[in-house]
Amino acid sequence: MKIRKYQALGFILLLINCCLPLVASAEEKWPGVDETVVGKYAKEHGREKRVSYINTDQGDLLLFVFLLAGVLGGFTAGYSWCLLINKKPAAKDQTAAAEDSLEATTKKPSEGKS
Amino acid sequence: MKPFLLVLFLISLLGASPAHAMHISEGILPFNWALFWYLVAVPFLALGIRRLQSAAKEDISFKPLVGLITAVVFVISCMPIPVPTAGTCSHPCGTAISAILLGPCVSVVVAAVALLIQALFLSHGGLTTLGANIMSMGIMGSFAGYFVFRLLRGLRLSLGVAGFFAGIIADWITYASTSAELAAGIRGTTPFFELFRQILLSFIPTQLPLGILEGALTSGMIVLLYKKRPDLLVSMRVIKAEEIKA
Repeated sequence: MKIRKYQALGFILLLINCCLPLVASAEEKWPGVDETVVGKYAKEHGREKRVSYINTDQGDLLLFVFLLAGVLGGFTAGYSWCLLINKKPAAKDQTAAAEDSLEATTKKPSEGKS
Repeated sequence: MKPFLLVLFLISLLGASPAHAMHISEGILPFNWALFWYLVAVPFLALGIRRLQSAAKEDISFKPLVGLITAVVFVISCMPIPVPTAGTCSHPCGTAISAILLGPCVSVVVAAVALLIQALFLSHGGLTTLGANIMSMGIMGSFAGYFVFRLLRGLRLSLGVAGFFAGIIADWITYASTSAELAAGIRGTTPFFELFRQILLSFIPTQLPLGILEGALTSGMIVLLYKKRPDLLVSMRVIKAEEIKA
């Protein structure tokens, strides 16, 4: 029951996360705190942001890099999560289990005879 | 429910937009302060790498866990979240969950890797300000989150509550540290505490609700791990074996 509550909470958070950026980009608002706080105070005190050494902030290139990073990061997170959570027996263990059960079934008649 | 959540998660990744962050951008800090924060960060990084190597030798599930947490920290620390109460965007840090599961020293390495990739390829933070960003997000966030979690667990609070407050405090401490670094670096003749207070107050409308979101995320992840793989939490020394429900 508690897991369902967390799923519902996750669903709401994800839904908000999906919808709000769309609204933001449509109205050209929602600036980041790097602009509204860090950039603002730095500028007031004579310091300004300089262009990055590897400048991906050109046209839609940055969006593409963010997309790539998000997909790769998401895949790695999901894959590692599955590795950790789905504790399936490894192929070696499955073979060993199968051998054990086979051994058990073949031993039974001989045990009965003795 | 699960496939639907997965689709939403992927959509949220696709919806990521550029660089709205708390990371201090390239060129904001003067050279001497940038160098100072690098020098502060290096010993913690060395300690974290050493701890990572020894833990990976002891437990084979440690590396997948580090992979998972690094990816999570990387994604959520570059994903802008609009805060309607402030009309601005910022992001959670993820260092509380990494510190709780991996320990604060390894968490510093995780944050440093995430910050380095963001600085190199995403115009997010900067190479000159990497030391300062590792200090605020990696070191201060991780150690604050870890110690708050341990303290609250010591007071016999549940995993969910301890995780929630660890997430909140790690987030708020990160932004308080960013304020201090910025105030120290750019202040000129302005008194440090006056500028620090101004910057900190400017962060509050965005970070107050976002810290609560970070607390909920941290709490949710730790409780989910407890439900799915309590043995993992035992091996990571987050809980004791006798705390697992039969």
